[in-house]
Amino acid sequence: MGLTLSWLSVIILIPLAGLFLRSLELSPEQFWNILSSRRTLNALRVSFGLAFAAACVNLVMGSIIVWALVRYRFPGRRIFDAIVDVPFALPTAVAGVALTALFAEKGWLGAPLAALGLKVAFTPVGIFVAMIFIGIPFVVRTVQPVLQDLDPEIEEAAGSLGASRLQTIVRVILPSLAPALLTGLALAFARAVGEYGSVIFIAGNLPNVSEIAPLLIVIRLSEFRYADATAIAVVMLVVSFVIIFAVNRLQRWAQSRIPAR
Amino acid sequence: MTIEVKNLVKKFGSFAALDGVDLKVNDGELLALLGPSGSGKTTLLRIIAGLDWPDSGEVSFNGEDALAQGARERHVGFVFQHYALFRHMTVFENVAFGLRVQPRAVRKDEAAIRSRVKELLDLVQLDWLADRYPSQLSGGQRQRIALARALAIEPRILLLDEPFGALDAKVRKELRKWLRSLHHEIHVTSIFVTHDQEEALEVANRVVVMDKGRIEQIGSPDDVYDNPATAFVHGFIGESIVLPIQIGDGAIRLGDRQLDLAADGLAPGASKLFVRRHDMLVGPPGSGAFEGAVQHVRNFGPVQRAEVALSGGETIEIDAPRDKELRAGDTIGLNPRRYRIFAG
Repeated sequence: MGLTLSWLSVIILIPLAGLFLRSLELSPEQFWNILSSRRTLNALRVSFGLAFAAACVNLVMGSIIVWALVRYRFPGRRIFDAIVDVPFALPTAVAGVALTALFAEKGWLGAPLAALGLKVAFTPVGIFVAMIFIGIPFVVRTVQPVLQDLDPEIEEAAGSLGASRLQTIVRVILPSLAPALLTGLALAFARAVGEYGSVIFIAGNLPNVSEIAPLLIVIRLSEFRYADATAIAVVMLVVSFVIIFAVNRLQRWAQSRIPAR
Repeated sequence: MTIEVKNLVKKFGSFAALDGVDLKVNDGELLALLGPSGSGKTTLLRIIAGLDWPDSGEVSFNGEDALAQGARERHVGFVFQHYALFRHMTVFENVAFGLRVQPRAVRKDEAAIRSRVKELLDLVQLDWLADRYPSQLSGGQRQRIALARALAIEPRILLLDEPFGALDAKVRKELRKWLRSLHHEIHVTSIFVTHDQEEALEVANRVVVMDKGRIEQIGSPDDVYDNPATAFVHGFIGESIVLPIQIGDGAIRLGDRQLDLAADGLAPGASKLFVRRHDMLVGPPGSGAFEGAVQHVRNFGPVQRAEVALSGGETIEIDAPRDKELRAGDTIGLNPRRYRIFAG
């Protein structure tokens, strides 16, 4: 208990407190001015908005991937299972360079997409793609063990009671997976909000258009405007905390309906 | 509802789970499929339910082809060994599930669903658990809820796959009795799978004994116990003494000892003689077909179990009444009150 608390304090709580203290050097008015500047607001909007969209895409696609990995036996399943972890393991800068090369106007995917009129690299779409890339393992790895644990017999039971496939999925499978799905969503979202390395290569980093909040913090730091940087950081912290907290509550609520076995 | 199964074959790879099974189940009967694991009994049950499909053969309900329908259309109640309750739903919602997923045109209204669920919970005597979650229930309670859930759709047939297999011995015994009286009450054609002979003999009207994907015998509980049709049935149901014998020249031999048993109508060659332990009657030396020396004796509830070394070289265990005086070292005569001989 004591060890846990001390360790958590040293690793997490003290740095966060430092961040808050630092931002207290600003007067409320200065603080407000930094936050309400167009560039800051746009950066926050890009970061949170795209991160949430990417997390939602990951939730859907991740669930489908998990389903295939857990329920089907196909050649190369183990390899695919291992590939899911690549975004975890890959240095984010490498991922950024790879994605940029792939989606650049002359890249393998970028060229056909450009022909269709969709420019990915150096636009917000690029950020979105990078965020999907780095978030997918979070959904897969949180849902996978729960689905593995879910007895296929309950699907047979639902079927023999007259439920259609759709009714079985909506009424039986999804509710059973809900807590894990929400956790995966929250983790993928949190990761995408904080992602820096892979995004800045593909983003183009145009202020107000494709500039993410973490990059703005770095820019402010390099300009020695530490207070500005901490102010943005505090906002990111608070918003992230609120979202994580909300998801946590939601998850608790979902879990309370499935008491521990 | 009658069920008829004809020449059913199901293979998993090169393993024949069902190897040509024919079976007729009468309306309203409670039938047990009894056999060791791997005998194909669960596969047969799952094919009847529509959860598995045979490689060849026919399944019909009341003469209607059942294989043309999926599990959903067959209207069969299925109870799983491990309950398969929906753990995110209350007991009430679990039982109501089958009513709630009905097509809108035939679905009951909320009040009717409530009263039907209440009725079923009363039937399984667990109405006081309606608001609990499955994880808060004991194994026996879960299985009764699973049964209530299966009955909610008013199934034409009730199928139970090792329904008491995951429960401890005492609960199992209670539920057996309870299942029999429940069946008496609702009279739906039911098949249950078990590897527990006692369960099959106690609960069922008729018992189907299976081994290696084939039906060995179909009969009443008394029938399969008293008149086993094959060596497998004799060995599987009740405990048997098995002795390797030779038949030839109108006589039966165990080793070099000629047994004082009639050999009429028996094919010559190596055979096996089956006797129930309690059917070996103890007498003075020289009085029976067998003779042997008592090795040691132990008391087993109402009987004493003696290990006897026969003069033919075999050692057997017999059950004798407690009042019979038996001591280690005694030489005794043994006479089988009833026995069966199977070739092989």
